[in-house]
Amino acid sequence: MAAAAGRSGRPGPSGMAEQILAFCEDLRREGVAIGTSEIQDAFHALEIVPWQVQVDFKESLAATVAKSPRDREIFELIFDRHFFRATEEKALEFKAESEAARSAAIAEAGDDGGPIDTEALADAIREAIEAGDESAMNDLARLAIEAFGQQGESSGVVGVDMQRIRRGLGLTANDGNGGEEGKTPIDRGQLARFERLLRRELQRNQIERQGQLPPARPLSELNRALPMRGAQDLAEVHKAVSQMKRRLATLGHDPRGAKRGRTVDVRRTMRSSLETGGVPLNLAYRPRRPRKPEIYVLCDVSTSVSSAATFFLSVLHALHDSFRKLRSFVFIERISEVTHVFQEERDFRQMAERVTSEGGVADISGYTDYGRVWREFLEDVSSDLGPRSTVIVLGDARTNGRPPAEDLFAKVAERANRTFWLNPEPELYWNYGDSVMNAYIPYCDGAFECWQTEHLETFVDIVASGRPSLQRPVQRKSGHRY
Amino acid sequence: MSSTVTPLPETPEEVAAALRAAAYLADDSTALIAFLAQRLGKPVLVEGPAGVGKTELAKALARSTGRELVRLQCYEGLDEAKALYEWNYRKQLLQIQAAASTRPDAAETASIEMGEIFTKEFLLERPLMRAIANPEPVVLLIDEIDKTDQEFEAMLLELLSDFQITIPEMGRIEATTHPIVVLTSNNSRELTEALKRRCLYLWLDYPSSEREIEIIRLHAPEIDESLAARLVEVVDMIRELDLKKPPSISESIDWARTLILMGADDIDGKVFRESLSIIIKHRTDLELVAERIGPRLGRGSDPSPGPGKNGSR
Repeated sequence: MAAAAGRSGRPGPSGMAEQILAFCEDLRREGVAIGTSEIQDAFHALEIVPWQVQVDFKESLAATVAKSPRDREIFELIFDRHFFRATEEKALEFKAESEAARSAAIAEAGDDGGPIDTEALADAIREAIEAGDESAMNDLARLAIEAFGQQGESSGVVGVDMQRIRRGLGLTANDGNGGEEGKTPIDRGQLARFERLLRRELQRNQIERQGQLPPARPLSELNRALPMRGAQDLAEVHKAVSQMKRRLATLGHDPRGAKRGRTVDVRRTMRSSLETGGVPLNLAYRPRRPRKPEIYVLCDVSTSVSSAATFFLSVLHALHDSFRKLRSFVFIERISEVTHVFQEERDFRQMAERVTSEGGVADISGYTDYGRVWREFLEDVSSDLGPRSTVIVLGDARTNGRPPAEDLFAKVAERANRTFWLNPEPELYWNYGDSVMNAYIPYCDGAFECWQTEHLETFVDIVASGRPSLQRPVQRKSGHRY
Repeated sequence: MSSTVTPLPETPEEVAAALRAAAYLADDSTALIAFLAQRLGKPVLVEGPAGVGKTELAKALARSTGRELVRLQCYEGLDEAKALYEWNYRKQLLQIQAAASTRPDAAETASIEMGEIFTKEFLLERPLMRAIANPEPVVLLIDEIDKTDQEFEAMLLELLSDFQITIPEMGRIEATTHPIVVLTSNNSRELTEALKRRCLYLWLDYPSSEREIEIIRLHAPEIDESLAARLVEVVDMIRELDLKKPPSISESIDWARTLILMGADDIDGKVFRESLSIIIKHRTDLELVAERIGPRLGRGSDPSPGPGKNGSR
């Protein structure tokens, strides 16, 4: 690689090649798979693209190195972080001019090092946010940070500073308790854009101050965690659902790698052999019919797991084509069918609301009562269960001290072909406190922890493809088939 | 086809201008990657939602460079016999039979089989082979690569990295000229790393409003500027909903043409309801859009009761 970089034709400044290599190294650490050949491509590309033009430089690098939307996302993050010195320099130049231009808006802010008037600053920011002027917002974000730095309020922690600056400037979105004192409310999306810029500037400051890059790992891990608490941003959840829908859409019925064990269709083979004078040159195979299971999903929607449940249900319903039948139930103290909600509702937010409100599943205490749930499920539904049925339970198995009634659960499991348990708690916490996971596990074909989208994905894959679970206990269900 | 194949471009701007002349408005990164593809001689993998102009990009590249477009449409179960080459069995059998009848010597027949029937004249060229063997440089479009299976991808690797095809009976066939290769994918499944590694990557998304207005005015020049802006605004609103199939660029263009035919000068509730089926192709989507977008457009001349329900049914 050094040879490629040192070639006389390359216009980049010395050290650029090392920078790019280090950058690729960073990307690899974030899980982007970059081969040597791709780095080579990047260098080839940069030989014919002027590296001084930032957009061209970045795009060429991205085209050769980041090869999926997810990789591209990581690329953007790392690119900013890695090449921040260059951008920083440019920004400083830019600021010198823009500050002069903006001095009218920011009253009396001029005197070098003098205190910046927060009121005026807040107004200027509001204006910029309303106008959607990205570069102005960027400059103002920097000014805001400076202003709060002067007041000695900088804590050095990005999240805390974000909060302080926001509060200090009185920036609230229109659907909160904004609008007081006759201030015009700010559009939530625009505010989020400003906050993103603010966060980036804060991170940049921090990087500069500490002289090192922030740890990169947690960032990518966090993105994959399943939404667990109702308070979490539903837009994020929605995004995750639609991503997963797309990825899983082809899973149930793809013939990839399934060539083993195919049977030859003799009739079609003979017919096609007529073309070649009776010599069967091409074998025709019988197409495989995908096995379509019937699915019964039971979801705990008590506060501890409700949004994970809605998430899970909407993913399953997005895939309803892969199943012969899909019925979903929610429960807390009693059980209720919510299949129709998913057939009627498309919007995730409303789906979540209707699932929890219409179910009528909370009785008095609002604590999960597994015993009663099994009993009701057995009475109402279990006559429909048969050798094609798969029962999936999503719950934390926390009975709040009530009897787990595993004998009833055993009956459900016996009638169904396969029974899976998804627990939204990490396996480490199972059977601690009032969790009675161990009482149920013997009756399940598989019990999985399910707190990351990845867990969910593997699980849906197993169910949709009709593959038997790997953890299936062999002994069970030998005598009790009906 | 034409002998006026243009030389390699010098700058991305040149490519952008050429694409524009071929009625394709490329944004900066698209032009840049088209430029890189030609200069580096690497295939481009274009991904993005349906209807953002992935296939059109390849066509425009062919037009702008004066090359022939060779297209391979992928589908499930596509195999090398359909994509690369196939031996013309019937012709071979006839040849053997003819030879056997004229020279009824058993030893001779054996030599016929190997030497004479595995030659170019018994070869049926399929798109990939055609692209490689063509004496003129071509643009090779491998459309919707995600529809095929992984084995097929693996088969493409030799072609994409070395621009050659190996036929066991005949040996290697190398490209005489360097084709521009464009692969498109709707991202319905993950492509293999090996394939991606050999390509430049371009993610095409729905264009920005300004660019879409430009595109619409390019393809439907009669449309009024303010109407085009209004149309794009409405289409953007529709794309924000969670639809089974969001309207694509080509559908916006169709809609623009429809509006011209209808003689509409603004999109109000009435016009919207009447022409909705041009951009929305799903019954449930129709209902959703009529319900969410219809009321935001104002009533129009027709006093519609309820949230536009009558328009959707």
